[in-house]
Amino acid sequence: MPHAPAERVHKMYSEGGSFMKGMLLGGIFCIVATLLSSFNFGHQQHTDHHNHHHVNAPSKEELLRLPEHKRIELSQNIRVYCVILVEPKDLAYWAAVRETWSKHCDKAEFYSSEEVKVFESVSVETKDPWIMLRKALKHAFDNAKDHKWYFIARPTTFAIIENLKYLLLNKDPDQPFYLGHMVKSGDLEFIELSGGIVLSSEALKRLVGVLGDSSKCPEQGRMIWKLPEDKELAVCLKYTGVFAENAEDTEGKDIFNAKSVNSLINEAMAQTPQEVAESCCSDVAVTFNGHSPNNMHVMMFGVYRLRPFGHKFHDSLVFLPPKDSDND
Amino acid sequence: MAKMSSRRSFFLGFMVGTCTLYFFLTQVPLNKNFFHKMSLPVASKNKAVVENENLNWRVDGPALINLEHPHLKGEDSRVADDIYNKVRILCWVMTGPANLEKKARHVKATWSRHCNMVIFMSSTDDPNFPTIGLDTKEGRDQLYWKTIRAFHYLEQHHFNEADWFLKADDDTFVVVDNLRLVLANYTPDEPIYFGKRFRPFAKQGYMSGGAGYVLSKEALRRFVEGFRTNVCSHTSSVEDLALGQCMEKMGVLAGDSRDSLHRETFHPFVPESHLTGKFTKSFWYWNYCYYPIVEGPQCCSDLAVSFHYVSAELMYILEYYTYHLRAYGYQYRYNPGLPENYARLPAHKDTEQVPRTEQESAKNNSLDARLEKRQ
Repeated sequence: MPHAPAERVHKMYSEGGSFMKGMLLGGIFCIVATLLSSFNFGHQQHTDHHNHHHVNAPSKEELLRLPEHKRIELSQNIRVYCVILVEPKDLAYWAAVRETWSKHCDKAEFYSSEEVKVFESVSVETKDPWIMLRKALKHAFDNAKDHKWYFIARPTTFAIIENLKYLLLNKDPDQPFYLGHMVKSGDLEFIELSGGIVLSSEALKRLVGVLGDSSKCPEQGRMIWKLPEDKELAVCLKYTGVFAENAEDTEGKDIFNAKSVNSLINEAMAQTPQEVAESCCSDVAVTFNGHSPNNMHVMMFGVYRLRPFGHKFHDSLVFLPPKDSDND
Repeated sequence: MAKMSSRRSFFLGFMVGTCTLYFFLTQVPLNKNFFHKMSLPVASKNKAVVENENLNWRVDGPALINLEHPHLKGEDSRVADDIYNKVRILCWVMTGPANLEKKARHVKATWSRHCNMVIFMSSTDDPNFPTIGLDTKEGRDQLYWKTIRAFHYLEQHHFNEADWFLKADDDTFVVVDNLRLVLANYTPDEPIYFGKRFRPFAKQGYMSGGAGYVLSKEALRRFVEGFRTNVCSHTSSVEDLALGQCMEKMGVLAGDSRDSLHRETFHPFVPESHLTGKFTKSFWYWNYCYYPIVEGPQCCSDLAVSFHYVSAELMYILEYYTYHLRAYGYQYRYNPGLPENYARLPAHKDTEQVPRTEQESAKNNSLDARLEKRQ
């Protein structure tokens, strides 16, 4: 009799203790499992591409640690060759690009579907966009090897080359980089041409290497129907182990935009009406697309001249205004 | 027997623990923040709408007093902060009930945040926006009445809270920081006013209404004094010309607002028109500009002060171009410093409410009566 209640109490305690232990272990198990699974999830998105991480501009602290002469040297060493694909029908945009942002490329070359008297260009003698792109890139590779970076655009794009160089500062051009505004179409991740495409030396080298292989990268494209040239490019590059990466600023905002400022501002007016200019776009955006030729002149003024007095930035790169230019 | 039941308890406890914590973790998204910082979800941004609106301002009746001069990310704002305290600008925006949501709202969300204080003036009171009612009707013929009453209101209620008084329309975009630079070479006790200078009908010219104009404290005092002494009156409804004529009569100088390279800062049209437009020879503009017109990129100073006929969308675009988008590391061609007279300006940390003397108050009361009679 005296043992029974004691035994019962003991049983209760041991059961209670086991229960508590079980709960504790269950909780820990749950946390660990969740952590592991989200780690895996995060990893899965990015491990397909070795070297893949969201390509960010370098932090100010990293750069300011370098001495000034090194920073000036660094600024001058990031050499960008601009490949701009034009057709006679783009004449108004072509003119605007010539008079505005292309002056800030280390070298800008216009690749035209046919020779045009008004402006200088390299004629690729084809109207087919994919063949145009192939020929232009082959020409760039043959003639501009000393430039480490290649920026491809159409004349409806406006680019801020200084911000591009800021993005590329800490990147090694001998590594395969293929950057811009990334879009996913089915299984294919590609960089949209309208937002501008950036290729490193190594990426271009690999591309040129595979251009001759008609099983991997044929001129007529791999499909029965024609794919847009930016998708064809992505497919060819994939064969050489070069994968598309989306470029973002330190806050995760896209810096290559396939839309215009107007379009992005309108979206922000609808979604975040109290902080439209703050949230629409990156402060160090590299490209916008779809501006009229006149608006490109306005953007030139807005980027390189218009600013509020008294606000200084201690930037770690130094870019001087180009010679023979008065709108920047 | 004991082992069996304790095992069962353990198992039960394990299940309970797992499930509890699972629900806990899904309610609180801790795991997401551990790793990659995702871009902000849209839903949470909408919540910030109401909060941010009132973050900048201390609302004092219809006056919005700027609590914090907006700063740019990563900037060194020492010069801007200093000049903010030494060149205090009270902005008043001429608007109307029909335009509060269409236009004035966007002014409130953009450039007016850079004024030391802003007041929206309409024909009727609206405590929610807030706007002051100037007790006029609406329409183009009321513009000068609105202007007269607005300046009288400011002289009566806010005279000692600012050094300069800017008038703008609800479709004017103003870079207030650049206006401070223009004004930094002058003191508020000088009788002078600035804007886009037009030529005809007034000997010293007058300032375009749409491009915005700014009166020194002394100019404001003289404007009000002019009405008190009948030197000035409601001569016409062409607000900018009529005001310019009153200024001339009261000995207020029409200033030159151009930058140190003689480029215009106040602009009566949108940037696209000035930068790329070619005005036809018969266009009235050619005969109106006091200074020679320059077409193309040199039309406009880098440190431009204003543009006019600016749509809501363009307000935000210009705010983005002015205060956000830039070319990293770019060394600007034009780099003016502070003018020499800047050193004479005292700093004001707060916009103190200096009470008016009884004499001054009495004077104003009789003025109101006189204005009412006039109408």
